[in-house]
Amino acid sequence: MRIIVCVKQVPSTNEVNMDPVTNTIIREGIESVLNPFDTYAVEEAIRIKSALGGSIATISMGIPTVEEILRDTLALGADEGLLLTDRAFAGADTLATAYTLANGVKKLAPFDLIICGKQATDGDTAQVGPSLAVQLDIPHATDISHIESIDEKKIVCRRLTDDGYELLEMDLPALITVVKEINIPRLPSIAGIRASKKASIKKVGVNDLTVDESRLGLKGSPTQVVKTFIPSHDVDCEIITGKPEQQAATLVQRLTEKNLLDF
Amino acid sequence: MDIKIIKENCMGCEACVSSCPFGAISMEDGIAVISDACTYCGSCVDSCPAEAIELTKDEVIHKDISSYKGIWVFAEQNEGHLRSVALELLAEAQKLAADLKTDITAVLIGADVSKLAPQLIAHGADKVLLADEPFLKDFNDEVYTEVMVDAANKYRPDIILMGATTNGRSFAPRVAASLKTGLTADCTVLRVNTETGLLEQTRPAFGGNLMATIICPYHRPQMATVRPKVFKPLPTDEKRSGEIIRLHTKAPQKLRLRKLSNINAAAEGISLADADIIVAAGRGIGSAKNMHLVEELASLLGGAVGSSRPLVDTGWIPYKHQVGQTGKTVGPKLYIACGISGAIQHLAGMSSAETIVAINSDPEAPIFQIAHYALIGDCTEILPELIAQVKAIKAQNN
Repeated sequence: MRIIVCVKQVPSTNEVNMDPVTNTIIREGIESVLNPFDTYAVEEAIRIKSALGGSIATISMGIPTVEEILRDTLALGADEGLLLTDRAFAGADTLATAYTLANGVKKLAPFDLIICGKQATDGDTAQVGPSLAVQLDIPHATDISHIESIDEKKIVCRRLTDDGYELLEMDLPALITVVKEINIPRLPSIAGIRASKKASIKKVGVNDLTVDESRLGLKGSPTQVVKTFIPSHDVDCEIITGKPEQQAATLVQRLTEKNLLDF
Repeated sequence: MDIKIIKENCMGCEACVSSCPFGAISMEDGIAVISDACTYCGSCVDSCPAEAIELTKDEVIHKDISSYKGIWVFAEQNEGHLRSVALELLAEAQKLAADLKTDITAVLIGADVSKLAPQLIAHGADKVLLADEPFLKDFNDEVYTEVMVDAANKYRPDIILMGATTNGRSFAPRVAASLKTGLTADCTVLRVNTETGLLEQTRPAFGGNLMATIICPYHRPQMATVRPKVFKPLPTDEKRSGEIIRLHTKAPQKLRLRKLSNINAAAEGISLADADIIVAAGRGIGSAKNMHLVEELASLLGGAVGSSRPLVDTGWIPYKHQVGQTGKTVGPKLYIACGISGAIQHLAGMSSAETIVAINSDPEAPIFQIAHYALIGDCTEILPELIAQVKAIKAQNN
C-alpha cells in the first residue's frame, strides 16, 4: 500500500493573541507547527502501513523552512518527504494549491490512498483535499472518523455528517480527509527523530515539474483577497448579578422578552 | 508578479509588519523587508502611510465571462427534506439579484424530490433546475458533481451559492475544481459591488481572528459556501410563481464512491448544525456527573448539547458535540455557554451565534467579551435554578 499524506505548516494558533492597542495579531514568538488535523492524517497512514505494509510519503507546498515540518513526519514514521517550494507557487488559493500538489503527487505515484487533515487551522477552508481529488481524477470522502476496512482495491470508512455518521465505500486510489476522532497520534520516538535529522527532503520547484505555469501561485488563483480586517467583537453585554436563583430568573425574563424561548 | 519596498519612502513606522496576516515582514536597519512567506495579498500596501510598498501583478488573460448570468442556489436536501440553509441562501440571493438585476435558480438534486420545487419557488426561486432520478437518492460527491457541472456548463450561472454543511463543504470544492473556478468557504457577508458587478465574499480566517474579503474577478461562476443560520429565510409566499426545468441526467456506468448505510444519531437528539438553541458545557461543569444539567436544560429548551474541547478529550462527551475550530462551527439563535472559559478556538466555532449567554465563575473569562448576557457564578448552581424555572413556566403554559 502506497500512502501519500498532504501536510501544511500553520501558526500554532494556541498563541494567537490580539494586540489590544493596535488591534492586530501579535506574531512575535509564534511557532510554526504541523497543522493539527494533519497529525491525525499522518497517524492513520502509519497505522495502515503497520497493518498492510507499504510506504508513506508526505508532501507539502510552502516556503523552504517547511522542510522541518516534513522532517517531523519522518520522525513519526513516514518514509519520504517532498516539498514543493518556489516563488512561482506563492499566493496560491485553494485551486492553484491543489493543482500544484497534484503535480507533486504525480512525482510520488503510483499511490493507493491520499490522506489529508479535514482542514488547515489558518485558512479553515477544507477545500484543498476535494480539489486535489478532482485534479487527480479520483474519488474523495471528507470528515472520515474511522476506517472500517482497507485492502488493495477498496476502502470502507465512516464519515461524520450533520445528522450522525454514514458508511462509505470507495475504489482505490482515493482521497480521504480525516477528523480528530479517527485516532490519537503518537509522539515521535528518539530513534525516529535521530533518523529524520539525517534524512533528505526532496525539494521540487517549478522547473522540476511539467506544469502550466499560468495555473500556479497568485496568477493561477481565481480568487483574490481584496481586503483583510480585524473583526470587532464589540457587543452590548448585560451583566446579570445576584444569587443563582435571581440570575436564572433575570436570564429567563430577558430571553423570553427576545422571543428566544419557545414554550 | 512582484512586491518591493521603496526604500526612500519607508519611514520605518512598522505599520506593515503588524498588518501582514502571514508574518512575512520584518525590520532591518529601520527599513521593512519582505520574506518568502509573502503571498502577495496586498494587506501591507494598504497599511503603508508612505506609499513605500509597491505590488505589481501580472496581466491575466481574461476569459469571456459576459455570457454568465443569474444566481444559483444549491437546494440541498436530505431524505426528501430541504436543509434550512437552502431557504436562507434563497433569501440572500434575492438581495444580490436585486443589485445585479438578474434571476434566481434553485438546483434540486435527489430522488422523488419534485415535491420540494414549489417550496423553493415560494421562498424566492424564479426557476428550479430539477434532477429527480432514483440513482440520485443519496448524496454522492461524484454523481452530484457531474449533474451540477453539466448544468453549469450548459446554463452558465454568474454565481453559485451552497450551504457550508458537511456535504456542501465536500461538494462545493469538487464542483469548483471541475469548473476550474474560484470558491470562497464559509462566507458570513455577501455583497455585490455595484460598480464592478463582482460578488464580494467576506469570510473569517485564522480561527476568526481575521476577516478577508475575496473576489473572483476573471473566472465564472463565482462560488461561495455560507454557514447555516448566517442568513434568514423569507416567509413563504404561495403567490410566487416559477418555472421548473428538468435536467437530463443519465445514471453513471460505474460508481467509484458508494454509500453503504446511514448510522444516524437522530435518536440522541437534535444535531448541532440544525439547532436553534445550543447549551454547551466546558470545564466549569466540574465533573462528568454534572453533565446531566446541560443535557436537561437543552432538552427542556428543545436544543442540542455542545461542548468545549477539554470535555471531549477527557471522554465526558463524544467528539460530535465539540464546538470550535477542531470541532463544529455553529450559528444558533441562542448559545448558552456553561463553564466555558472561551479559548479563541472555541469562540471561532460559535461567535456568530445571535445571542450568547455565558455562565462562568471567572469574571475575566474571555467568553464574556462576546457574551450578550454574562452570569458570573458557578454553573452547577445556576443551571439547576434555570432548569427549575423553565420547568415551572412550561407547566404553567400547559
